[in-house]
Amino acid sequence: MAFRLRLFISSLNNREVKPMYMFKYVMKRLGLMLLSFSVIMLICFVLIKLLPIVVTVQAGEDAKIVYAQLEARGYIQNIRYDANGLVIGYDRVPILTQLFIYLKRIFVYGDFGIGVTMSEYRNQPVWDVFIEKLPPTILINIYSSLIGVPIGIGLGIFAALKKNKWQDQIISTAVILLISLPSIVLGLVIQYVFCYKLDWFPLTMLSGYDYFSWKMFRSMLPAVLSLCLGSIAGYTRFTRAELTEVLTGEFMLLARTKGLTRGQATFRHALRNAMVVIFPSILSEFISVLSGSLIIESMFSIPGVGRLYIMSINAQDYDFFMLLSGFYCLVGLAAGIVVDISYGFIDPRIRMGAK
Amino acid sequence: MEQIKTIPKEKFSFVSGGDKVHDKKLDTKPVGYFTDAFRRFCKNKGSVVGAVIILVLILFAIIAPFCTPYSVAYKDAYFRETLPKSSLFAGTSFWDGCKTKEASKARFKYLFAMGEETGHNAVKNQEYKLTDDGMYRYREDSYYSAGCIYKNFTLEEYARLTKYQDETGVQVIYPTVRIADRPKATQDFEDANYYFKTEGTTRTRIVYDENDNVIPVYWTYKAGEDDSYPYNSLRIEGENGFEKDGETYYYAYARPVPTGVQCRINYYEYYVYNHSYVLKDGISKPVFLFGTTGDGQDILTCLASGARFSFIFAIAVAIVNMAVGAIYGAIEGYYGGKTDLIMERVSDILSAVPMMIIITLLKLHMGASSQILVLFLAFFLTGWIGMAGSTRMQFYRFKNREYVLAARTLGASDRRLMFKHIFPNALGTLVTGSALVIPSMIYSETNLSYLGIINLSSGNITSVGTLIAGGQALMETSPHIALFPSIFLALLMLSFNLFGNGLRDAFNPSLRGTEG
Repeated sequence: MAFRLRLFISSLNNREVKPMYMFKYVMKRLGLMLLSFSVIMLICFVLIKLLPIVVTVQAGEDAKIVYAQLEARGYIQNIRYDANGLVIGYDRVPILTQLFIYLKRIFVYGDFGIGVTMSEYRNQPVWDVFIEKLPPTILINIYSSLIGVPIGIGLGIFAALKKNKWQDQIISTAVILLISLPSIVLGLVIQYVFCYKLDWFPLTMLSGYDYFSWKMFRSMLPAVLSLCLGSIAGYTRFTRAELTEVLTGEFMLLARTKGLTRGQATFRHALRNAMVVIFPSILSEFISVLSGSLIIESMFSIPGVGRLYIMSINAQDYDFFMLLSGFYCLVGLAAGIVVDISYGFIDPRIRMGAK
Repeated sequence: MEQIKTIPKEKFSFVSGGDKVHDKKLDTKPVGYFTDAFRRFCKNKGSVVGAVIILVLILFAIIAPFCTPYSVAYKDAYFRETLPKSSLFAGTSFWDGCKTKEASKARFKYLFAMGEETGHNAVKNQEYKLTDDGMYRYREDSYYSAGCIYKNFTLEEYARLTKYQDETGVQVIYPTVRIADRPKATQDFEDANYYFKTEGTTRTRIVYDENDNVIPVYWTYKAGEDDSYPYNSLRIEGENGFEKDGETYYYAYARPVPTGVQCRINYYEYYVYNHSYVLKDGISKPVFLFGTTGDGQDILTCLASGARFSFIFAIAVAIVNMAVGAIYGAIEGYYGGKTDLIMERVSDILSAVPMMIIITLLKLHMGASSQILVLFLAFFLTGWIGMAGSTRMQFYRFKNREYVLAARTLGASDRRLMFKHIFPNALGTLVTGSALVIPSMIYSETNLSYLGIINLSSGNITSVGTLIAGGQALMETSPHIALFPSIFLALLMLSFNLFGNGLRDAFNPSLRGTEG
């Protein structure tokens, strides 16, 4: 963070940035993001409300109560009963009214609905379940980023400095192998070799809530490993490509000519310039930490958001689906915006909007 | 030096003798854009290897389904999780459908007895080693370890089976065991491989004789005795019972049941009989090159048809995406201004919708009726935007070039300008772009079917993702199920990556000469 700040300040000092431009630019991007987000969620809401309502009356439950609950949540109205008190029909509340009720509940009460079809989360507030599922996902991705980013950048720098020597050849081959390997296959190989054959880790993540115990950490490691190998490869390739391009610049020659050592020139001049491109992607990686990987989560049975999402899709639990879709959508949009904006902050040459 | 200075003028003469000097015609042939691109592509060895692997995989997907007698719909309840076997490696202990195992005496004797009875050695070559801690180490043949089963036949079926036995001389039906002599433990009662003496009511224990061999308890009867069993020794002609204590005994091969008879048959031989004699579906004997899945499907067939589906599907989607994206991008880029702004917002919003939301909503709205259509629409809805973007960029680059202005001055219509003059410039980028999108489409299709969100395996279609998901569940007992689909997927991604890198470089003329 300090590094970014220094870059930011130095760019402020040296290149006459007009902060208003940036402010306007950021506001414009945020506005557009909110517009996209609202439109997507609106479409999503309408399409979901067009579907038939799933009413599940479990054994031992009173159907009347279930319907009354749906009425109270503003989904249906005018429930009609026959002589025996059985529900024979109901009217659906108009979609716009439902949307109003939905938004009111969210903004006034913070209520995103309740679970309906998944037996585990039946009648539980959707938001609470979501918050409960967030820690494993975030932890696994943070671990993976914390391991992956430094190693990736380090290897990338090393490969760039040793360009076309055998060290670079080995790293580049490994990188292309790892990048090409689909995460299904990578996860499967890690699970088979480390969890089953060598028996170093349990096959799936342990259940429980003490996320910071050693046992828990160990059970998370295979998933972390599957995630971070990919990001190591990505960062290595990215850093190497950027750095080799910068290293051939003429200002590098100047830096050496004026008497800097190779190390000084590389770290003071080349790396900082390469970081202009690398840094935003690190930022976006830390934002996408929230969303994680559906594949890895379902492969290693991580009790995280991804698994909840898949389960809600398969069980057709619409309140869960709405919340989680909105969440994933927002994370994706935010990650994209952060990249664009931070480009503008760090490198005046790429600043968009300013003319 | 002095001499040179004083060369007389007469010694000089014109080289060309007063003729005009012309430019020489070039001796070499001109190199076109695509020839040049191809030449540079071939220089990159990695890309060529990638292209070859892709070609092999595509050929595999096209040809393999024709080369196996199995289909995706084929399932066999007894040859499940069967190991890969190839007749090429018949004599070796590699790719032979066997797996080295270490088991207790009971399990080992159970398998060993199968081989002793039928000659189909569930313990490969009946070879084993005793380990120090009293365990048996052997190679278990997954093709023979099903052994015998009890199966009910109608009388016609039984007659047909016995006829087959008489014709070919192959023994399918083996002597049956009296109900009273079968294992008492309920879980083993139906197990036809216990043709020997057992004891125990909750767990079956084998009774051994003094030489540590099993003691057969076949159902036998004396000659002339017991006419209540209508199907005595109908087996192979010429078998006339055996002598014991001065009397002739016969084996009982069938037990009457309400629907006909129950026989104890060797499943391997029955399989051969059933497929070659009854069904006549071209399967002569069970050999699965890549083994079978947990459902008893042939992995080779499933993988090949899954791959074929993936390729066809991805190419179809890519073509549709390219067509729609090109038209949309062309309109955007050519007209610019407000049209561009509005259309760009639309595609911006569409591109921000996560794939998962689209898939789910489509699936919920269209029902489970046609998952392929759902998948197609989902890939189309998200995929064309990239194509539109790159077309739009090319249009912005070229629409103000002098030749376009000249054409407009000459009165060319908008449509003609767009598709005759500007679009061909964008074609190269578009084609490479859509070729490079194919692997990512196959990848996400695999992911979706792995997660179970899209279920393609119905009828004669399956997906690589479904195969991998099935294999992962059985990873501990039979890793080969996930192995082959995984290798396929990894190879495909790797080769497309290599190929794509080369393709991109080859079509980028600014890189010419930098490779050296």
